[in-house]
Amino acid sequence: MSAVTPSAAPPAAIAVNKLPDGRLRPLEIAFWLVPVVLFFVLPDYRVLGSQILITGLFALSLDLILGYAGIVSLGHAAFFGLGAYSAGLLAKHGIADPLIGLLVAALVSSLAGFVISFLVVRGNDLTRLIITLGIGLMLYEVANKAGEITGGVDGLSFTSGKLFGIWNFDIGGRTAFLYALAVVFILFLVARRLVDSPLGLSLRGIREGGKRMPAIGAPVLLRLRTIFTIAAGFAGVAGALLAQTTQFAGIDMLGFPRSAELMIMLVLGGTGRLYGGILGAAVFMIAQDYLSGIDPVYWEFWIGFFLVLIVLFAKGGILGGLETLRAWFGPRGSGARSGVRE
Amino acid sequence: MVRSPEGEKAMLGNILGVLFDGIAYGSLLFIIAVGLSVTLGLMNFVNLAHGAFAMLGGYVSVMAMTKAGIPFLAALPLAFIAAAIVGVVLERTLYQRLYKASHLDQVLFSIGIVFMSIAGTTYFFGASQQPVQLPPYLQGQLHLPGLDIGTYRLFLICIVAVLTFALQYLLEKTRFGSQVRASVDNATAAAGLGINVNRVFALTFALGSGLAGLGGALGIDVLGLDPTFPLKYMVYFLLVVAVGGTGTIKGTLIASLILGVFDVAGKYFVPQIGGFVIYALMVVLLILFPAGLYGKKA
Repeated sequence: MSAVTPSAAPPAAIAVNKLPDGRLRPLEIAFWLVPVVLFFVLPDYRVLGSQILITGLFALSLDLILGYAGIVSLGHAAFFGLGAYSAGLLAKHGIADPLIGLLVAALVSSLAGFVISFLVVRGNDLTRLIITLGIGLMLYEVANKAGEITGGVDGLSFTSGKLFGIWNFDIGGRTAFLYALAVVFILFLVARRLVDSPLGLSLRGIREGGKRMPAIGAPVLLRLRTIFTIAAGFAGVAGALLAQTTQFAGIDMLGFPRSAELMIMLVLGGTGRLYGGILGAAVFMIAQDYLSGIDPVYWEFWIGFFLVLIVLFAKGGILGGLETLRAWFGPRGSGARSGVRE
Repeated sequence: MVRSPEGEKAMLGNILGVLFDGIAYGSLLFIIAVGLSVTLGLMNFVNLAHGAFAMLGGYVSVMAMTKAGIPFLAALPLAFIAAAIVGVVLERTLYQRLYKASHLDQVLFSIGIVFMSIAGTTYFFGASQQPVQLPPYLQGQLHLPGLDIGTYRLFLICIVAVLTFALQYLLEKTRFGSQVRASVDNATAAAGLGINVNRVFALTFALGSGLAGLGGALGIDVLGLDPTFPLKYMVYFLLVVAVGGTGTIKGTLIASLILGVFDVAGKYFVPQIGGFVIYALMVVLLILFPAGLYGKKA
């Protein structure tokens, strides 16, 4: 049905009849140049910038299961926190090399994701919601009660080792920013390749018509478990990054509010588009940086308010809105919303 | 979760006491969650904001008692009516737009409502716990042979027993009940037979919200009441509905009692793992009964 989408289309909109070539499009290159430019232009905001990048990666991991596979998870922060505590505990007990920390965090959280995926994929939406929510709360309880290991509500402070044995994590966030940018970019490329692979395509098939996919021979549960495991690993890496760059792992990294905020960022940016999570994280956290200074209570109210507005009037978030605009002004048949209609 | 410090020492001295407390606690969960069960079962709407209606009922009754001097028992119907009215207004203006929406949209929408209710409540009433002054005849203990039971908890159990029979009667024996059941089974066919499905939905939503409000007012002494209430107990209400199976009164009641008893027992006998018990139980129950104890096929 759809013609080849114009070059600026996000990866989700790549038409089915065109094999993905894996090359970044001009708009994508521009997108990734933004953080590089900001690194030099706004040195005072490097700490915030690194946190936005990390949260963007976290949102990207949720996008993999929510946007592509259609699994609504209310406990994705569980994997984020697992990664954070893995990296933190490792550094606390002598193995302070950040890259080893990342690797271990990825392994631990994807293993947890693999085990939990068996529970999650079998149920309907409600069961999935509750299982993910319950497992998140369960881990929160564990971290809370196992105070000798995790530091309980006080959290876990530790010292990160030097990156490659050369660069210290400085207070200005210089190393943190570049480290986060590099890791996030690499994992983004992996995710981008993943969603255009046969796995990614069959996930979209499952999301759009779960009943038909078994009929054409797709192993639905296996596919869902695979992506859940991968997404858990991504979330774990994001958690480890945040823990390493802030040299702190806190219990709130596991909590429900973090899962809920994450979901808000993702829908704000737009689901099923890879860039939506990163964009949503940026908008959300910059707004939070401005508004929560005024009054945290107002901030919570406005989050709720905008969430309701997005659901009622602005489905697809920022990127969805942009696509609609482009469909209005662009040439006919340019495949508006083709990400959804494939 | 179980507060009431002076009661705890004496009452929880034995297993029967824990059982009794658990049943009282489960009864509260039932009053609040039964509305959610109906919303989920009837309208297939994942309403995470259900606890906000309970909180509303709680605050209405506290304000009625402290500001207007209305007695406790008279404040309870007020809580029901206020929550039901707000429920029906929200249903007509916002919720009904999302009946056909995806579960993700419903989840996001209702989380938005939760956040707004928390922020709004904090703004108007502050972040602290609200006190409740129970009337003297509901305080204290009844001394039975070998067992001391709290009067208020007995009162809760009696209310739930009455409510359960009333709800069962309403759904099984009345015209409105048949309309609700017809709409549950097949909304299209029910509409074709001349049932005003929208009106049934709105009334059912109002009833569920009202019951949540009543439960919130009744529960101040047991669950506490502060602005984070909807978030704190959200998982409990969802658990009750998921374990019981959506849209059944019997399933919701049994699930509430099971979860209530296990939660109280877990927190009393193994406080070091605390809330863990109920989540482990949930995982086990959902593995054994993916569609809930009395669920229709999912």
